[in-house]
Amino acid sequence: MNRRHRLRLPALVAAVAAAALAAASCSSSSSAPSSSAATASAPGITATQILIGSHQPLTGPAAPGYSEIAPASNAYFQYVNAHGGINGRKIKYTYLDDAYDPSKTTSVVHQLVLQDSVYAIFNGLGTPTHLAVASYLNSSKVPDVFVASGCGCWNNPSALPYTFGYQPDYIREGKILGSYIKQHFAGKKIGYFFQNDEFGQDGVKGLSYEIPHSQVVSQQSYVPTNVNIGPQVAALKAAGAQVVVLFAIPAFVALFKLASLKLSYNNPTLVASNVGTDPSTLAGLLVAFAKQGGATVSGNALTQGIITDYYLPSVGNTGNSWIALFKKVHDTYIPKLPFDGNVLYGMAVAYTFVQAMVKAGKNPTRADLVNAINGGLPQGPVVAPFAFSSANHSGVTGMYMGSIENGALVQKGPVLVTDDTPTGAVTTYTGTEQTAPASGMP
Amino acid sequence: MTMARHVGAALAAAVVIWALSVSLSAFRDYQMADVAVYVVAIAGLTVLIGQSGQISLGNGAFMAIGAYATALLQLHLNWPLWALFPASAVIASVAGVAVGVAAARLRGPYLAGATLLLAVALPYFATQFPGVFGGDQGLSVTVTAPAALGATFPPTRWLAWVNAATALIVLVLLANLARSRIGRSWRAVRDDETAAALAGLNVARLRILAFVVSAACAGLAGAMLAVYSSQVSPGAFTVTLSIALLTGAVIGGLGSLAGALWGSLVVVLVPTYVTDVATSHGLSGAVAANIPVAAYGVVLIAVMLIFPEGIQGGLRRFWGITPPAATTPLTRLTLRRRPPASEHQEEGTT
Amino acid sequence: MREFIQFTLGGISFGMVYAAIGLSLVLIWRGTRILNYAQGTMAMLTTYVAFTVIGHTGSYWAGFTTALAAGLVLGALIERTVIRPVENKPPLNAVVVTIGVLVFLEGVAGIIYGGQYRSFPAAFSITGLHAGSLALGISLNDCFVAGAVLVAALGLAVLFRYTPAGLRLRAAAFNAYASRLLGVRVGRVLTLGWALAGLIGALAGVLVSPATFLYPASMDSIFVLGFTAAVIGGLDSPVGAVAGGLILGVALNYVGGYLGPNLEPIFGLAALILVLMVRPSGLFGTLVARQV
Repeated sequence: MNRRHRLRLPALVAAVAAAALAAASCSSSSSAPSSSAATASAPGITATQILIGSHQPLTGPAAPGYSEIAPASNAYFQYVNAHGGINGRKIKYTYLDDAYDPSKTTSVVHQLVLQDSVYAIFNGLGTPTHLAVASYLNSSKVPDVFVASGCGCWNNPSALPYTFGYQPDYIREGKILGSYIKQHFAGKKIGYFFQNDEFGQDGVKGLSYEIPHSQVVSQQSYVPTNVNIGPQVAALKAAGAQVVVLFAIPAFVALFKLASLKLSYNNPTLVASNVGTDPSTLAGLLVAFAKQGGATVSGNALTQGIITDYYLPSVGNTGNSWIALFKKVHDTYIPKLPFDGNVLYGMAVAYTFVQAMVKAGKNPTRADLVNAINGGLPQGPVVAPFAFSSANHSGVTGMYMGSIENGALVQKGPVLVTDDTPTGAVTTYTGTEQTAPASGMP
Repeated sequence: MTMARHVGAALAAAVVIWALSVSLSAFRDYQMADVAVYVVAIAGLTVLIGQSGQISLGNGAFMAIGAYATALLQLHLNWPLWALFPASAVIASVAGVAVGVAAARLRGPYLAGATLLLAVALPYFATQFPGVFGGDQGLSVTVTAPAALGATFPPTRWLAWVNAATALIVLVLLANLARSRIGRSWRAVRDDETAAALAGLNVARLRILAFVVSAACAGLAGAMLAVYSSQVSPGAFTVTLSIALLTGAVIGGLGSLAGALWGSLVVVLVPTYVTDVATSHGLSGAVAANIPVAAYGVVLIAVMLIFPEGIQGGLRRFWGITPPAATTPLTRLTLRRRPPASEHQEEGTT
Repeated sequence: MREFIQFTLGGISFGMVYAAIGLSLVLIWRGTRILNYAQGTMAMLTTYVAFTVIGHTGSYWAGFTTALAAGLVLGALIERTVIRPVENKPPLNAVVVTIGVLVFLEGVAGIIYGGQYRSFPAAFSITGLHAGSLALGISLNDCFVAGAVLVAALGLAVLFRYTPAGLRLRAAAFNAYASRLLGVRVGRVLTLGWALAGLIGALAGVLVSPATFLYPASMDSIFVLGFTAAVIGGLDSPVGAVAGGLILGVALNYVGGYLGPNLEPIFGLAALILVLMVRPSGLFGTLVARQV
């Protein structure tokens, strides 16, 4: 009895495995419609639909905030679909959760490419996560457009010809912040507070290309899993830093403010990366601490005066044509989400994608999309030009400086552009920004 | 004869897997490779818990060690695949010795706690020494199918073959181990440690050996994971991974190697299925993504309360098969409750 | 020197929170020999309850007391429904069940409240206190945190030593069979133990959430450290839990301040292994002779 049992079992096991896999494949999800022979010019493109996919952190440590981006992009795509689509095709956007875990990212991207046959991967979020799939997408010749990460690694046309960045990379941002500080805070003591990964480290690298080394009195890093940053703030205070540059996510910009209160570190000027300074997110994090006496003061009081940069129009700038357009889209399709920086970003990158698809032609192949972007794209909602060319796959080349006043970002100077080399200068952008088209579609 | 039986079964399974890999789609091949990774890791864990009675919540850490070993050996020494896998297993088992020795005196929750903390702390080594380990971004691993198979051979099928073959080899070795003297000694220690010691078994050495075997399996699984996802970074080795391994082992059936397969299938296939069902019912992305999390918890509780022997136990009962002694589930044992520490002992009267 | 004082005082606040979590773990361990891996997420959920109440009523203390009451209820509920069936089974079953509760509660919190970080108010001012011109690096709220946990620990000690309920708790933990013979309703007593642990855990959640922000996974790392504190101190010793929490909190602050934040979890692991190698039952735990 034992003998038969032993021989049967592994084969039985394999057979049942086959059945399980077959059953799962029958009941599986998001099916791509079968391509009709006539106008289906590429995988994911049919006569009526463009199917694109993405990997996003919908659960897990990175979910707060970032989980709004994909629904916002989808809202803009739905707007486009309701107004005729692109060459008569509707955009279907499938975004899958990778919980910010790179091995899960590989899994969902393989699913999107192999099973769902998406036309392109759009706005994949996260540096370690997207690095796990970038080579695969390029070797499979799948367009990998507008990666949601400020790493300089997406600008690699020779090794990653199908991959394109979008937002200004962190080195560029560091240079622009650094040049502002060099100009306005000459002679003051500078301290750095940065996240201990490539976001913070690249930012500090950019800062160091501009700020003289002698001015920097302390560099403190933090890890997102440890909220006790008292020691780092104490070190910055002890070093006497008069200006602190923060390359931190919103939670840690808020925690920095709170720790400063506790340590009576009252007067440093804060200059922070745009990653951490969406005004409504920050105010939301600090609101519980702004209550005084019986009256409730908004969290805005604690964000007053924080200097930062941005590459899109400010959310509070209601007179701007892009803000008006995106607010309309938001109110129609995603009214339950707050209209904040993450939502604005999601819609802006979706707009740029639609521009690229329009440029790619009536029956685009995957190569057509890549060539369209290599030929350069108009700015659309961003304030500085894209660097896209066949030699350069990095995105926005600059931003403007501003500060947070009464809960909104106020622009405080011209748009500055630069590159990400150690010696490239930071110059003022002399071109004009574009206004949103009346129809809301490129 | 045991070896011949096991090898025969493995060959039969290999034929079936080969047939599946050429007939199913490229994505299913990829999923097969994914499942194979978990089969190896969960098999090691289920042997540790089910056969030797020690709870480890930190096998994800050994997977990390194996994965980084593969990435580093390939990066610096350019070793081929057939050398990378055994080397990673060996390196992870060295770590297993270290942990096993440190944990040899620990029992129950203390052991679980120490291994949990290992799983939490280990990824920080990667970011503490970014020059060596690549920091947060990690290291990449490249695997190409051998030229002999032709230029158009689908890479996912090669991954499926490599991982499935490794998994079958590991299962054969573990099955032999379970039927050997060592396996019997483990079960003796598990069932009654003091009696085993009185009978002359070296309890500490056996416990450490079980840890080493489990760590070697996990390290090998880590190497397979590195190959399959072509990237090794700390974000892939959080505590969630260790909990997923434990879940798979329990749901599949503790101590059972077939259970390792069931558990792997559940862990790999079910969460995405549940999310798909949720999104197709119109639930928002964030809610839909959290439903599998809540469902996961319910399944864990339900399995433990209602089917403590897991899927394999349920299948056995369904077919009326008496489980071989090798795999008496830990959860069916009756346990004498040790009286908790109390004032009685604090006052010094023993 | 000034840094040293700031590091020490700064570590006390978090250390007392670890002590509270450790204390609730010890409570459950002594009563039911189970390690409750869900303790952190239970505290997270009760803090969300407080958050909702504070949002509706505007009163911090209304939310505070509701959280504590919710902790009592949640602890009792979990013991009665899912823990009771595994109390006499091998320890692995309880490990898996409590991990299942942990995952379930995180999912539920994510579904109801969403993943975004919520700002949770502190009971008192968070601005730093001064001794003369020296900034001490702690606030009035930190003093409240330390005080609250101390009061809770002392309250538990009084409960155990001087009340009939406490006597029944001790009896049931010492010898359930004999206690049953003497008329103690052991089942009810175990539920009470879990309820009290839920209360202490809820207290820890409310005290620490201003500093961590509130989101479904916010208590996970706090739990790991509270658990480490309990194990270092000895799982059957309440004094050990409090001492372990304080020592761990302050020591981690030194490591983070002098060596770097990345090293804190590594240090925690090293400390745990070291303590357990020297004293396998923790610093203050009692060694149990094995029954043959």
